[in-house]
Amino acid sequence: MLLLPGAPGLAQVAPYSVTGDAIEAPLEDLAGDAARGAAVTRNRETANCLICHAIPDTREPFMGDIGPPLAGVGSRLTEGQIRLRLVDPTRLNPDAVMPPYHRVAGLTRVDERFRGQPVLTAQEIEDVVAFLATLKDRKE
Amino acid sequence: MKRAAPLALLAGLGLAALAVAAEVRPPQDYLSPTLRAQQDDPSRHPGWLWVDEGEALWRRGDPSCQSCHGDIAGMAGVAARYPVVAQDGALLNLEGRIERCRMRHQGQPAIGYESEALLSLTTAVASRSRGLPMSVAVDGPAAAFLEQGRTLYETRQGQLNLACGQCHDDNAGRRLRGDVISNGLGTGFPAYRLEWNGVGSLHRRLRACQLGVRATQFELGAPEYTALELFLAHRARGLPVEAPGLRR
Ligand code: HEC
Ligand code: HEC
Repeated sequence: MLLLPGAPGLAQVAPYSVTGDAIEAPLEDLAGDAARGAAVTRNRETANCLICHAIPDTREPFMGDIGPPLAGVGSRLTEGQIRLRLVDPTRLNPDAVMPPYHRVAGLTRVDERFRGQPVLTAQEIEDVVAFLATLKDRKE
Repeated sequence: MKRAAPLALLAGLGLAALAVAAEVRPPQDYLSPTLRAQQDDPSRHPGWLWVDEGEALWRRGDPSCQSCHGDIAGMAGVAARYPVVAQDGALLNLEGRIERCRMRHQGQPAIGYESEALLSLTTAVASRSRGLPMSVAVDGPAAAFLEQGRTLYETRQGQLNLACGQCHDDNAGRRLRGDVISNGLGTGFPAYRLEWNGVGSLHRRLRACQLGVRATQFELGAPEYTALELFLAHRARGLPVEAPGLRR
């Protein structure tokens, strides 16, 4: 793990810049892997995306409907737009319900087991971006 | 941001009517028909075993609860008014009041939050208010506790950065995995939860929601939770006590 002295936690969050409603550049210039991203998206311990979203897969039981269905998200949004929505949706809408998956600053009363760490690493964010970009079809 | 045909999805789940409820509805309105029927039928509701046990405890001890308060039937309406501010200024929920009676009037050590004995007594007392409308006092010394509870309810918390109301107001009626989100009221507690395989307190349920958003949990019986309990009780004003509730 890369931990800079004096900046615990923050070192685990990749720097990024926002253009419009997107983060155009991949975090830390990492390449995403869609298959790994599919696994992260389904993981019930970490990302737990399906607690709130449905993906086009009839084998997945009990998907949530708090967030919009992710079918077709790869046609609706660019990779850069998806990246910002994963990293910190409150940058688009201060009242966003979707959790910030790559942010540690400005959070209240975080469980000490997770304090100073983002929910997903930069690599995991890139993997999920790659997976969501493959969800082109609205139907299914 | 656009939402892709959420209405079609909700209609498919038969939840369109409940989705994004503007008003606060009783938890029983969000139960599946099976659970709802079971909650209403003591013969099929395991929570009533705790009521029976609590009624036995009510008559036991020296002096017994009964020797001061008479038959437990006299407890009707009490749960609808709790939490209350006690003479010494502390905010007490039903559990806290029962513990105080034990220590001050029965000369016994505290039984302990979430002990089967305290859960049984609390459930037995609360069951006597079943169906009665919630009406807690929030004026005078209670006002500050109400605001403390409201602040906790409205503040985003945890690594997932969510406030209670973002689920229980903005998304009530929608699905979080296998659960249908209710308005997050305390009126069904203590409740028998299938996941717990037993009866648990409201504070135990609140700990589960805090764990869900990866926030630091308060201890069972913590004053922060009791203030939140007062806020939830005030949110539920006019709605019926459902304890013992039956939950997934
Ligand atoms: C607690 C609920 C919740 C969780 C967990 C969640 N989301 Fe979301 N998501 C939402 C909501 C609600 C929106 C709509 C914007 C808002 O209010 O935040 C949204 C929006 C999105 C969008 C934009 C979709 C569009 O069409 O504009 C994407 C992409 C997305 N989520 C992906 C994910 C992924 C991937 C994960 C897991 C890593 C995830 N979400 C976890 C609730 C959630
Ligand atoms: C990420 C979503 C989410 C957040 C945030 C959340 N809860 Fe919950 N809560 C749930 C779900 C799902 C349930 C189970 C279904 C139900 O009864 O609503 C639940 C259940 C409850 C219940 C039990 C209701 C019943 O009748 O069984 C109470 C009370 C409650 N929540 C209060 C709170 C409070 C207070 C907070 C903030 C400290 C909170 N919740 C935060 C999702 C959430």
